[in-house]
Amino acid sequence: MAIIEMKNLWKEYGDQVVLERLNARVEEGEFVTVVGASGCGKTTFLKLLLGTEQPSRGEMLLDGAPLPAEPDESRGIVFQRYSVLSHLTALQNVMLGGELQNSRWLGHCVGKTRKALQKEARAMLDSVGLGQAMDKYPHELSGGMQQRLALAQALIKKPRILLLDEPFGALDPGIRADMHQLVLSLWKSQKLTVFMITHDINEGFYLGTRLWVFDKPRLDPQAPGAYGARITYDLPVGNCEKNTLTRINRSVGNTSRAINDTL
Amino acid sequence: MKKLINRQPGRVGQWALGLLPFVLLIIAYLIASDARLAANANDKLLPALNSFADAIQRMAFEPSKRSGDYLLWVDTLASLQRLAMGVGISALMALAVGIANGTIPYIRATLSPLVTGLSLVPPMAMLPVLFIIFGLGELAKVMLIIIGITPFLIRDLQQRALEIPREQIIKMQTLGANSWQIITRLVWPQLMPRLIGAVRLSLGPAWLFLIAAEAIAATEGLGYRIFLVRRYLAMDVILPYVVWITLLAFAIDFMLSRYSRWRYPWFHQQGH
Ligand SMILES: Nc1ncnc2c1ncn2[C@@H]1O[C@H](COP(=O)(O)OP(=O)(O)O)[C@@H](O)[C@H]1O
Ligand SMILES: [Mg+2]
Repeated sequence: MAIIEMKNLWKEYGDQVVLERLNARVEEGEFVTVVGASGCGKTTFLKLLLGTEQPSRGEMLLDGAPLPAEPDESRGIVFQRYSVLSHLTALQNVMLGGELQNSRWLGHCVGKTRKALQKEARAMLDSVGLGQAMDKYPHELSGGMQQRLALAQALIKKPRILLLDEPFGALDPGIRADMHQLVLSLWKSQKLTVFMITHDINEGFYLGTRLWVFDKPRLDPQAPGAYGARITYDLPVGNCEKNTLTRINRSVGNTSRAINDTL
Repeated sequence: MKKLINRQPGRVGQWALGLLPFVLLIIAYLIASDARLAANANDKLLPALNSFADAIQRMAFEPSKRSGDYLLWVDTLASLQRLAMGVGISALMALAVGIANGTIPYIRATLSPLVTGLSLVPPMAMLPVLFIIFGLGELAKVMLIIIGITPFLIRDLQQRALEIPREQIIKMQTLGANSWQIITRLVWPQLMPRLIGAVRLSLGPAWLFLIAAEAIAATEGLGYRIFLVRRYLAMDVILPYVVWITLLAFAIDFMLSRYSRWRYPWFHQQGH
């Protein structure tokens, strides 16, 4: 059974259609990268997966059942910013998931449980290269380190689905390459299903197993809100024609010009 | 030569400039006081420095002839106790209601209009009501502080709770937190430094309400003393008391600020 299935999914805000007629199945373990013009609805799609927004028409299924209408442990997320809790140190951030699970009332653990959680969190932080920064607060970390911390914090919960919204958009190219390696190795070792939004189409091609392009096949330049974005390309990454990239780039460019001109 | 807006005083200059207005004020006072005392040696309006010294000596270091108490300390203790009770109870209530309002939409819908309405009632107009209900004892004075500052504190904390980034609240849920855990592990700790900041801002009004209440009905307290000796035009007592109250207010504010910086470094180093 598909882990995620969309059936004729629409999302509208008032009379603005953001997403229309999305139909897709995603199997467990796939790594889906999502590209598209900015403002075309990629984050909205992620919010539907997260459960903070509900579809206006159609269905979003998780394991064949309607997706829970609020965020929970089954889906982890890393935002572009503000993903980690600013009042906790790196170690406390990574321990948090376990503490919440083990202490339903206080959310604080003591004694043996605490020791065990600490040990696990240290190992996780080591594996994302933050072994030296355990006791630092997020504001003392660089952008790349904060994103690694956010990954560690989300992955230690072992979510079934990991959602990433332009997680590396704000990072330098060199650091981004490091982060790609990290995400790929974590994805392989934890058998995650990943949805990752990126505005860098090369990143979309390089990472993962499947590339989705969100684009507006029908585009009214006077009213870009009249029609929604659809999945215009669904490519198994690795075997696509040479000029596909050029074609996608041209189409996404047109959409983004139209969206930006009217905003 | 640089433009005026780009010229910075050095470290010593900063201190010197900061002290200058104080020094000028003291000098102006001394000159005016000298002039009045030269015209009339019994003038009570602007006493000379040695009268202040006498008054301080009398109030702080000699037992009162009538009661045998060291009045300044008795007054200070009484006032600080009322202030601490009033502000402490207000802060606790504000924390509870502010967090509940800011986190749980059903509670916000129920209580937020009430809090807004209460915050518009002028506290001083309620003072007679408090005296009627609670009598002239301690409770009425503490209550005045409480009804004076609690609505402000609640509204501030509610607003701050609503300003916690949505991302962090979603994050907590993806880590498996229930509503209560979101309060205990995210909202409450993030609001603590905000609470201290709001309490610092409310200390001014708190002193105001305290002194007003003491002026009307009390048997000791800093505000009571000032209004008592006013009958004898005792500027030599009133002015040192005012300076003392100012120093106390400054010390409390300073301690709260230092405590907050020490206890919540993550908050202050983010540029708050
Ligand atoms: N809560 C909302 N209310 C109204 N319009 C919204 C809301 N959220 C997003 N939108 C609109 O939906 C469109 C898609 O936004 P978004 O999903 O953030 O785009 P992307 O992530 O692809 O840049 C934008 O035009 C945005 O203005
Ligand atoms: Mg987006």
